[in-house]
Amino acid sequence: MKLHEYQAKEIFARYGIEVPRGIVANTPEEAAQATREMGGQAVVKAQVHAGGRGQGGGIKVVRSPEEAEEVARGFIGRNLVTRQTDAQGVPINSVLVEELADIKQELYVALTIDRGFRGPVMIASAAGGMDIEEVAATNPENIHTEPIEPVLGLMPYQARRVVSRLGLEAGPARPAVQALNALYRIFTENDCSLVEINPLIVTGDDRVVALDAKLDVEDDSMFRHGDLRELRDRSQEDALEARASDMEIAYVNLEGSVGCLVNGAGLAMATLDVTNAAGAAPANFLDVGGGADDEKVASAVSIILSDPKVDRVLINVFGGILRCDIAARGIVLAFERMNSNLPLIVRMLGTNVDEGKEILAASPLNVTFADTLTEAAEAVRRAA
Amino acid sequence: MGILLDENSRILVQGITGREGSFHARAGMAYGTNVVAGVTPGRGGQMFEETVPVFNSVEEAVAETGANVSLIFVPPPFAPDAIVEAADAGMPLIACITEGVPVQDMARVARYLERKPEVRLIGPNCPGMINPGARCKVGIMPGNIHMPGRVGVVSRSGTLTYEAVGQLTNLGIGQSSCVGIGGDPIIGTSFTEILRLYNEDPETDLIVFIGEIGGTMEQEAAAYIKESVTKPVCTLIVGATAPPGKRMGHAGAIITGDSARAEAKIAAMRDAGAHIIPTPADIGATAQAVLAGMG
Repeated sequence: MKLHEYQAKEIFARYGIEVPRGIVANTPEEAAQATREMGGQAVVKAQVHAGGRGQGGGIKVVRSPEEAEEVARGFIGRNLVTRQTDAQGVPINSVLVEELADIKQELYVALTIDRGFRGPVMIASAAGGMDIEEVAATNPENIHTEPIEPVLGLMPYQARRVVSRLGLEAGPARPAVQALNALYRIFTENDCSLVEINPLIVTGDDRVVALDAKLDVEDDSMFRHGDLRELRDRSQEDALEARASDMEIAYVNLEGSVGCLVNGAGLAMATLDVTNAAGAAPANFLDVGGGADDEKVASAVSIILSDPKVDRVLINVFGGILRCDIAARGIVLAFERMNSNLPLIVRMLGTNVDEGKEILAASPLNVTFADTLTEAAEAVRRAA
Repeated sequence: MGILLDENSRILVQGITGREGSFHARAGMAYGTNVVAGVTPGRGGQMFEETVPVFNSVEEAVAETGANVSLIFVPPPFAPDAIVEAADAGMPLIACITEGVPVQDMARVARYLERKPEVRLIGPNCPGMINPGARCKVGIMPGNIHMPGRVGVVSRSGTLTYEAVGQLTNLGIGQSSCVGIGGDPIIGTSFTEILRLYNEDPETDLIVFIGEIGGTMEQEAAAYIKESVTKPVCTLIVGATAPPGKRMGHAGAIITGDSARAEAKIAAMRDAGAHIIPTPADIGATAQAVLAGMG
C-alpha cells in the first residue's frame, strides 16, 4: 500500500526526521492561505501515488498567494501524468504547500528488502534529487549499499559509514546519523517494503531535512497496521484493482481484451503467456485463490465483466480446494447478474470437474470447453 | 528414492484442527501419507480422525511419535512462530504452506534458520512436496494426478506445478518427486538446492524446472546448472506478459529491474544449456522429446 507524501512526512516527523513546514490544501483558496502562512512564497506539490512528479510538472515554486491559488487550481481535480503512470494519469485531490528550503546539498537515502541478501538494505547516494535508477545505470560507484542484519538492526557504525560515504562531515553528520536511525525504525515498525527520501537535503545552516518522502507498506503486514490502513487513498488506484483487493482477489488490469480468471498465481501467469502466444492479448491477471466459494468466484467474474475492453472470457481452473462445481456456479451467477453474453472459454480440471461442466453446459451461457491449455488458447483466438 | 520424502517420513501437521490443516491432513492420509501427529496449542490430548494424536507442542509430538517432517497450516501472524518451534524441536524438514507471512518476519526467521543447517524449510507460500513412489504427500496438491516415475519437478507455484504434472502424467511420464518452493520474496529453500538434490538422486533422470518473474533465483539456478548439473533440465519461465512494478499474485512475482524479467531468466537458462519449454502448454511434450533423445 502506498502513502501520500504528506502522510509519509507526518510519520517521518513523529520519528524525529525533520521535514519542511507544510500544510495540506484541498482547494485553491486553501493553497493561497497556506502560502500566506509560509510568508508569501512556497512550493506547491501535487499529492499523487506516482514518482516522477517533478518532471511531470507536479511540483511548482510560487512567489505569491495568488500564484499559489492559480497553480493549485491547475492541479486539484485534474490528473497528473508522469513516467510512472499510464497515459490517463492519476487524480490530484490535494496539494502540499511547503516552505521553501535553503538547499546546500541533495542526497538520496532508501531502505528496501534485498531478496538476494534476504534482509533489509540501506541505499544511499550523494547524487540526490535525481532519478536513482539513472544514477545506478550511469554511475553505479555513486551508490552505496549497506546490508542490515534484521535481528540486530542498523548498527551505529553502519549509520556512521553511510554518512561518511555521503561525504558529510562535522555539522550535518550528527543529524544525518539520527535521521538514518529514525528511517530504519520507520521501515521496520511499519513493515515497509520501501521508504525513500529523494532528496534528503543539508540546509545552509547544516540541518538535515527530508524534502520528499515515499513510503510503501507491505500488503501482507496490514493485519497488524490498522492505523496505516486508514491512510489508503482508493482514488489513486485502478478502480477494478481496488475493488478486487477489497475482496482479496489478486488482480492486475492489463491492456488486452481477453478477460482471464485462474486459480493460482503461477498458473495465472502461464495462462496469460499462452493467451499471448496464441495471438490474443489478456485484459487482466486474476488469481481467485484457493479457498474461494461461489460468491467470491462470482465477484471475480463480475470484475472481469465490468471491464469495458473485455470481449471474451477465459476461465482456467485446476480444481483442488476450489472445486469445479463451485467455480461453475459462481461463473453462471456473475454472467446472469451482469446480463452478459460474451463468449466464454472454460478449461477445468480436478475435483468435481464433471459436475462443473454440467452446470455450465446447462446454463444459457455461450460456453466452449477446452481440455488442454493449447485447446483453450486456440478457442480464445477463434472467439475473437 | 526421490528427494526429501520417502517411506520413512513421519508427518506432523501443525494447525491440524484448523479448516485447511484438517482438510489436507485427511487428504494426505487418504493418499497413503503416514501422518503420525498433529499440533494445536491448547488442543493436546484430542485425537484427529480417531487415529492421530494431537499435542500442545511440537517438542511433545516429536518425543511421543518420532515425527520427522512438519507440515504447517498456521495463519500468517503465527506462522513464523510455528516454523521456529518446529526448527527448535529438531524437525529436519518443514514445509510451510501459509500464504501472506510478512516479509520482514521471514527475514528474521531465515537468519535464525541459517544457524540450523540440519533443518530444511520449504516455503512459505508453497504447495509443499510429494513423492508418488513412496505414496507420501506433504502439501496441498491433488495426489491423484501424480504417478511414480523418474522426472523431478520443481517450481515456485502451486497450480502451475499441477499443470506440469498433469501434462507429464497424461503422456505416461511419472515423477520421482515434485516440490513447490514458494512464491514469496524470502523462502527457506532455493531452486539451486532442489536442483542439487535431484542431481544427486539416482532415481531422477530429468528435471522439469518452472520459474517465474521476480528476483534472480532463476539466474542463480542457471549458473548452478551450467556448473554442476549432469542431468537434462527442461525449463519454463512464466510471466513474460507481466507489466513492471505490479505484483502478479505471488508476493515475489514482481518486476523490479531488467534481471527480474522473464527474458533475462530464459536467456540465462538457455546459456546454461537447459531445454527451453516454449509455452506453458508444452511442458509434457518437451520433457517427452528430451527423454526420447536420451534413449
